[in-house]
Amino acid sequence: MKKLMLGNEAVARGFLEAGCQVVSSYPGTPSTEITEYAAKYDEIYCEWAPNEKVACEVAFGASLGGARAACCMKHVGLNVAADPLFTMSYTGVNGGLVVVVADDPGMHSSQNEQDSRHYARAAKLPMLEPSDSAEAKEFARLAFSLSEEYDTPVLLRMCTRIAHSQCAVEECEAREQVTREYVKNPQKYIMAPANAIRRHPVVEERCEKLTELAETAAFNKVELAEGAELGIITSGTSYQYVKEVFGDSVSVLKLGLVNPLPKKLIESFAEKVKRLVVVEELDPIIENHCKALGITVEGKSLLPILGEYSQSLIAKAFGMPERASIASPDSIPVRPPVMCAGCPHRGLFYVLQKKKYTVLGDIGCYTLGSAAPLNAIDSVLCMGASVSGLHGFNKARGADAEKKTVAVIGDSTFMHSGMTGLANIAYNGTNSTVIIVDNSITGMTGHQHNPTTGYNIKGNPAGKIDLEALCHALGFKRVRVVDPYDLKATEAAIVEETAIEEPSVIISRRPCALLKTVKAKPQLMVDTEKCRSCKACMKIGCPAISMKEGKAHIDATLCVGCDVCKQLCAFDAIGGEK
Amino acid sequence: METKNIMIVGVGGQGSLLASKLLGKLLTDEGLDVKVSEVHGMSQRGGSVVTYVRYGEKVYSPIIDKGEADFIVSFELLEAARYAHFLKKGGKIIVNTQKIDPMPVITGKEAYPDAAIENLAALGVSVDCEDALTAALEAGSAKAVNIVLMGKLSKYLDIPTEKWISAIRESVKERFIDLNVRAFLIGRGEA
Repeated sequence: MKKLMLGNEAVARGFLEAGCQVVSSYPGTPSTEITEYAAKYDEIYCEWAPNEKVACEVAFGASLGGARAACCMKHVGLNVAADPLFTMSYTGVNGGLVVVVADDPGMHSSQNEQDSRHYARAAKLPMLEPSDSAEAKEFARLAFSLSEEYDTPVLLRMCTRIAHSQCAVEECEAREQVTREYVKNPQKYIMAPANAIRRHPVVEERCEKLTELAETAAFNKVELAEGAELGIITSGTSYQYVKEVFGDSVSVLKLGLVNPLPKKLIESFAEKVKRLVVVEELDPIIENHCKALGITVEGKSLLPILGEYSQSLIAKAFGMPERASIASPDSIPVRPPVMCAGCPHRGLFYVLQKKKYTVLGDIGCYTLGSAAPLNAIDSVLCMGASVSGLHGFNKARGADAEKKTVAVIGDSTFMHSGMTGLANIAYNGTNSTVIIVDNSITGMTGHQHNPTTGYNIKGNPAGKIDLEALCHALGFKRVRVVDPYDLKATEAAIVEETAIEEPSVIISRRPCALLKTVKAKPQLMVDTEKCRSCKACMKIGCPAISMKEGKAHIDATLCVGCDVCKQLCAFDAIGGEK
Repeated sequence: METKNIMIVGVGGQGSLLASKLLGKLLTDEGLDVKVSEVHGMSQRGGSVVTYVRYGEKVYSPIIDKGEADFIVSFELLEAARYAHFLKKGGKIIVNTQKIDPMPVITGKEAYPDAAIENLAALGVSVDCEDALTAALEAGSAKAVNIVLMGKLSKYLDIPTEKWISAIRESVKERFIDLNVRAFLIGRGEA
């Protein structure tokens, strides 16, 4: 039966059909739904790990134990998982092992635009890249068989447009789950130098064998157009744009395996065409491979290295006329994402910007504290960098900075990679103040549980880590909890903890206002007779508050009664229903 | 048949994913090749969201480019103006007249372009407006704005009411079926 599926759902379906038994992942757009869909299959054990390195190692352990296993992450997650990845290339696998990595060209929801194909080259691992949902399922299945046949982890590269696009997928029967025998094999699985040095040649031989496979396998497909002078080498979503523009009028070499790349196949394709162009988003990896083979080819001289491609971008690069279109004559204000009405982060950031703190931020919904009108964040780098960065900042700038600088990190991000930074502060001694914004969920990626929430991926009760106890155990004597809806208490806590000459943690605790378990309080209203139009309530950037006819107005469909704006009104104009 | 392009635009949280799911189901049931493309993540937080639905005999690209859309269904007035340049010549914009202020308007830095729709119409763009929020409330919930607008869109597609209703039944939870069927019929003008 054919069914419309997101690319991510199709990958999960591929896992099921391949008889995959264990999936461990950390959420990250655009990869999150793979593991969420996989968790809907009772046949597959799925979990949210604290971070991608843990997830990757769990999958490795499951493979070592003989099961087919996978882990899924966004592109920057693979940076975190890179350590196990590179050496898993040496150990190889027992049960099939697949690492899914989702790139985000155009940075719809990411802090950089890195091209994960570099990892496949660097770690010397095969990487498959599907061009739609149907292929995503096929390649997920294929990845497991390649993994076992070639004794290697296999990378499956997704990107936003494949992960979050739907097309028809044929559902097939699932292969039986088979747990292979586990046999102790120190030479293969203990990567101490004496063993690893013997595994490296195995890796190189495997690369050669996979290159041979790439020359002839069906996943690298030549579509020759009679009499066409132009030949295009492409892969993934770019293939779809090329076909949209050219249909069957040009010859196309579509690469399903983007590492290792074939040699003879590309050379023979190049001989059949007069002009050869590589169409690939992000870095010129296929193009440089062709150039290294001594083939004359165009690529980044025509097409950008930045951002996402589209059919019109490609058409334009080949000199085709642009489509006519009518633009609105009005100036259209941008509509950036904002913190939701009732977001518990708002009160905290209001206090931080009011008191003019320097704030080292982190990755999550609370990154939105950097946006106007709060403008409360000074830096955002990667998961966990707020905590470790704060220590470095304070070492550089000394005691005065310690009193005016804080780190802000979410509960899930703290569990991901904030803990080690905290240990460093305790160990190497700065009087740093770290604020953990605990909204009891992983918010930005769409409400995934984490080790502090007490529930697992299926929403069933699970182990729950006590953040206060954890911070104490990491060497912090001063750990206090505040409610960010209470502006006075929040301000007092921040002022006291930054003033004191001791490292401290403030847990700003209030569940995400979008959680189903959170009940909204009665909506607030503005008494227009009392309102003096001072706009103090507008300073918090709440999407429910605007000015209507010169007075503040609260949108009743958005307000959840958090009372933060009420605390800012000096004229008692904001209250419950009259 | 030539590939047809429908864009759904609006504000994160307005239910465009359900609308695209419904369209995808409906068009697949018609035996067509369908691609639906969404963007998740950061854009959900009250930001501008856009979903592409493409269908025909064989669809390659999952996205719609400027000058390509046969229909734009806008869940919010300003968003219609933002994406109008995606419309192809002779295309149609279906607009919910509901206004949701974006942050630069809330903070007073910029003004809401109140006459955006009249200005588009003056350029010869075919615009079909509906107060979908009032219609949705009439159907029973403000959340049914998305399905009211699908009802409005349905008038321009050659697919009978029963097929839409059966696709709605398969796309929403059982307890919301009646509400959404009502909303659809109000939007289609058959209530």
